[in-house]
Amino acid sequence: MAVCIAVIAKENYPLYIRSAPTENELKFHYMVHTSLDVVDEKISAMGKALVDQRELYLGLLYPTEDYKVYGYVTNSKVKFVMVVDSSNTALRDNEIRSMFRKLHNSYTDVMCNPFYNPGDRIQSRAFDNMVMSMMVQVC
Amino acid sequence: MEGLTLSDAEQKYYSDLFSYCDIESTKKVVVNGRVLELFRAAQLPNDVVRQIMELCGATRLGYFGRSQFYIALKLVAVAQSGFPLRVESINTVKDLPLPRFVASKNEQESRHAASYSSDSENQGSYSGVIPPPPGRGQVKKGSISHDTVQPRTTADPQEPASPVVSPQQSPPTSPHSWRKHNRHPSGGNSERPLAGPGPFWSPFGEAQSGSSAGDAVWSGHSPPPPQENWVSFADTPPTSTLLTMHPASVQDQTTVRTVASATTANEIRRQSSSYDDPWKITDEQRQYYVNQFKTIQPDLNGFIPGSAAKEFFTKSKLPILELSHIWELSDFDKDGALTLDEFCAAFHLVVARKNGYDLPEKLPESLMPKLIDLEDSADVGDQPGEVGYSGSPAEATPSKSPSMPSLNQTWPELNQSSEQWETFSERSSSSQTLTQFDSNIAPADPDTAIVHPVPIRMTPSKIHMQEMELKRTGSDHTNPTSPILVKPSDLSEENKINSSVKFASGNTVADGYSSSDSFTSDPEQIGSNVTRQRSHSGTSPDNTAPPPPPPRPQPSHSRSSSLDMNRTFAVTTGQQQAGVVAHPPAVPPRPQPSQAPGPAPHRPVDADGLITHTSTSPQQIPEQPNFADFSQFEVFAASNVNEEQGDEAEKHAEVLPVEKASDPASSLRVAKTDSKIEEKTATSAPANVSKGTTPLAPPPKPVRRRLKSEDELRPEVDEHTQKTGVLAAVLASQPSIPRSIGKDKKAIQASIRRNKETNTVLARLNSELQQQLKDVLEERISLEVQLEQLRPFSHL
Repeated sequence: MAVCIAVIAKENYPLYIRSAPTENELKFHYMVHTSLDVVDEKISAMGKALVDQRELYLGLLYPTEDYKVYGYVTNSKVKFVMVVDSSNTALRDNEIRSMFRKLHNSYTDVMCNPFYNPGDRIQSRAFDNMVMSMMVQVC
Repeated sequence: MEGLTLSDAEQKYYSDLFSYCDIESTKKVVVNGRVLELFRAAQLPNDVVRQIMELCGATRLGYFGRSQFYIALKLVAVAQSGFPLRVESINTVKDLPLPRFVASKNEQESRHAASYSSDSENQGSYSGVIPPPPGRGQVKKGSISHDTVQPRTTADPQEPASPVVSPQQSPPTSPHSWRKHNRHPSGGNSERPLAGPGPFWSPFGEAQSGSSAGDAVWSGHSPPPPQENWVSFADTPPTSTLLTMHPASVQDQTTVRTVASATTANEIRRQSSSYDDPWKITDEQRQYYVNQFKTIQPDLNGFIPGSAAKEFFTKSKLPILELSHIWELSDFDKDGALTLDEFCAAFHLVVARKNGYDLPEKLPESLMPKLIDLEDSADVGDQPGEVGYSGSPAEATPSKSPSMPSLNQTWPELNQSSEQWETFSERSSSSQTLTQFDSNIAPADPDTAIVHPVPIRMTPSKIHMQEMELKRTGSDHTNPTSPILVKPSDLSEENKINSSVKFASGNTVADGYSSSDSFTSDPEQIGSNVTRQRSHSGTSPDNTAPPPPPPRPQPSHSRSSSLDMNRTFAVTTGQQQAGVVAHPPAVPPRPQPSQAPGPAPHRPVDADGLITHTSTSPQQIPEQPNFADFSQFEVFAASNVNEEQGDEAEKHAEVLPVEKASDPASSLRVAKTDSKIEEKTATSAPANVSKGTTPLAPPPKPVRRRLKSEDELRPEVDEHTQKTGVLAAVLASQPSIPRSIGKDKKAIQASIRRNKETNTVLARLNSELQQQLKDVLEERISLEVQLEQLRPFSHL
């Protein structure tokens, strides 16, 4: 289960960021922020080809001692960043992919809402619920 | 919730109680603290209290909203009066005394007394806490000095100053809600400050000028007063957010007027409706929503695009966040557009929200759009079934693209309309009957030639088939060339048949077999296929993997088996081919055994000689026929391949093992080898041998020869060295190969054994090919599935 999930807009400002309620929230924010560099690097590396050839799932961005950071970018350069606990060895790549897919689907649902202006913070309850379901069920 | 009618005193009392319990003035009373005390003070048994709480919906919401609280209080009164606790009892039980809360709550009692005395001062003392609910006792209202509640006196739009005005007792039934909407604009305030739900209520307060009618409605009495509301509803100038409704209100007037008289009926109906469904849309509500929908989108089956819906609902002055949430709830299929059902649900949610009802976390069942073949929200009978999901983000397109549920429906349509689909659906079911036609069709169907090269692509060929069929049917229905017409006289079946035929042939070509078992009785067509395949296999023995002979029993089964042998022989060595070529002619000479007796008599002599010379077991005698066969065969082979002596030897070695007899066979082999050797030396021998050579060797023989060549060669060589002398003598006597009657039996048995071995080999081959077929079929199915999956996406 993820410890922190963030949705970053194209201009690299956060649209949505939520962490598991631990005391490390600021640390997660920072990790997400630093991971953006890695995301950009991955995008530019792959981006030589056409965008549609680029895969959306970026995979493990970088591991730290305690956590692993995964990335996913949509075709509109909206980035999803997920921080998972390293001790959670049960998480396989496929599961991460499926989590990102769910995130992407929920994000598109949010987009479809005409009352949502792109660039606003995501305040959709449904999105929130979905993210919470993916977060660490520690507490 | 159904309408809760409260008398004035009740209203006052309840509001006071609510304020008493609402310590934090949040307008939401949590289920603890004073509420519990209150209920306990009601001196009701615990389960009754629980029931009350359940009925009023507090358990659902998790807290007591004002309306829930009021209902609870009413229920307490009902329970205390001894009436059964039911939802309807809230309103049906008239003249209920106020709920008595026996407790040391002197404040309550005092409040109670105060309310009864309609003491305005008391109320005034609470005025800061609770503005008395609007629409209640007009008299009292007048006396109320509360700012917001000066509706009757002045249309004072001091909404911002008003804290939460108590929601109307009755849940937002349609007339109420509309009235509220009405009131709002009538207040002349188009700008409702977003200071929370409070401002929503204030217009209601100020619109209480017609509250007399409201009371009437609430008490479920005379219809005419409600009509005033409608009138006012219609008259209000379109200045406010909800004024978009007003243009429709003119239309609604008539409906409303007629509805007004039915309002009471609605009330009653609502009261008797099931409590579990507070989100139910009543008829007039729905009618209203539908009218609103029409203003945006004339086509009731079409969509309202997101932008138009956004504008529409923004006018309701709800905060964007809430509107966003409402949208999330109501856009069921997440396509960015609202169908009629979705629009009604959204509208209903907006109305509810404006009346203070909190938005649910997920869409209530009664608001869910109806889907064909899916939901059956039985309690919402008034909602017309909509077309259902549409995956496409339609821009108010009238027609929906067929989605999953509608596909279920379109399938039968397609089945009837398009013969192609019909054939597909019917193929498997009526294949049995169709097979009978297949054989008839096959010769008459000139399209078999066309079908074969196109294994999977049914449609074009089917179209072509249909054309042909049409031509045929058009020409002459009694045309004997189209025997299909004889039995079924409608085109569809013929096309069915044709397509099934096509399918069969397509399958045949695709897989090399007729995949469906039903086509087993399709000899002719398959025969035609087989001929093609056979020709294929004949020409290029090692062509594509699945051109094996069809698993159908063929009249020329032996032929096919021999073909197999051909293939296998060809694969093995070229050397064999000479022998192979020899074999087909080998089959007819079945009556060889009859001829065998001719040379047979010679055999025993030789056998004896063999025995004596080789000093082997007497088994040699019965083996003689084999020996004879071998010799014949070997002679035959020798005659063919005289130059390659090594080959001959090999062939002999392979021929010999056919018998699988250990010593005798080996001895025979030895004899044969020696005879071969002898023949190499003596050219005359072949002549003699050839005389007796009966190509009795059945086809399997060469196989075994090949298979066991290595095995046999070794012992052969050994024996060869040992018994050269003996063999020489044997060989000398070989030319005249007698055949005894016993040898006949042996020969037959041998041939039987050989045939059995052939059968086993063929069976093995068959199973392998069947496996290949299964694999190919699975691949095909998976590809088709993938294609189906991809196809819908192409619509997007």
